[in-house]
Amino acid sequence: MSKEWPLWEVFIRSQHGLAHKHVGSLHAPDAEMAINNARDVYTRRNEGVSIWVVRAADIVASSPLDKESLFEPANSKVYRHPTFFPMPEEVKNL
Amino acid sequence: MDAKFQYLLRQGDNALILSQQLCQLVGKGPALEEDMALSNVALDLLGQTRMWLTYAGELEGKGRDEDRLAFLRDAHDYRSCLLVEQPNGSYADTLTRQFLFDTWHYFLMDGLTRSSDERIREIAAKSIKEVTYHLRRSGDLVVRLGDGSDKSRAMMQTALDELWMYSGEMFLYDEIDNAMVEQGVAPPVDSIRTQCLDHMAEVFADATLTMPSPEAWMQRGGKQGRHSERLGFILAEMQFLQRAYPGAAW
Repeated sequence: MSKEWPLWEVFIRSQHGLAHKHVGSLHAPDAEMAINNARDVYTRRNEGVSIWVVRAADIVASSPLDKESLFEPANSKVYRHPTFFPMPEEVKNL
Repeated sequence: MDAKFQYLLRQGDNALILSQQLCQLVGKGPALEEDMALSNVALDLLGQTRMWLTYAGELEGKGRDEDRLAFLRDAHDYRSCLLVEQPNGSYADTLTRQFLFDTWHYFLMDGLTRSSDERIREIAAKSIKEVTYHLRRSGDLVVRLGDGSDKSRAMMQTALDELWMYSGEMFLYDEIDNAMVEQGVAPPVDSIRTQCLDHMAEVFADATLTMPSPEAWMQRGGKQGRHSERLGFILAEMQFLQRAYPGAAW
């Protein structure tokens, strides 16, 4: 077993109604200490109302090599963007 | 009035000296995360110091503000307990000192939120949010290291045995503490001592550490200004700038 503490990814929700956002990572021996450490490392300036921690090893990520096949086909399909509809003036926050 | 001034100095000086000691560990923590956590605790304590000493200075009425009280008093005028001037030592020493202090600090602040003095109630109400986290953190680490490896348990037990004699001074009330209790400013010692010992017993049991006897002989004197030579060194470093360049400001 590695002597290093495992790596955790930290997600902070800055205010109610917003989504948790990835802010960085840290080392901790378990989930409870990861939360404590996240509080001390990432919320010193009143950044958050909620913390998530996830073991970095448990995150499944797409491969950068697949970038072209995953994302490029979307580039040429402008009709997927709802930019051709005129927005009524009265409707706010669209 | 003088009793209350002294009582406020005791609160402020405890927080100040412990904060200064923790600041010496900035950049030297066992892990980045611990380093940040210790610095946060130090900053919390410094913030509390400012509130206590500002109020003390106002009450004294001789024009001394928080800075003059912090930087221009000598060791024998300091009213901090002996526990907070104990050396940082190993991380087991630092942590045990912190846990012993946090436990007492938490239950005292809890009592002071019901003080007859409005200003003290406000300071305690603001502090207890921070102290609640300090106690949760140090208690958690005591359990982890006590109930950890053979080596960590041995180090924690040694630290506890060595620091225990400094854990009783806060419960030895003198005429100043008693005057504060009579005025309803401070909580009576019995309730706080029982709460503290119960909490310590619980945490030390979880940590598989042997808690020394609460009836053991306890060191005393810091609250009355009788300190070890260590406080002199702490103050020498902390006060150097103001002593060398009086009135220097940002």
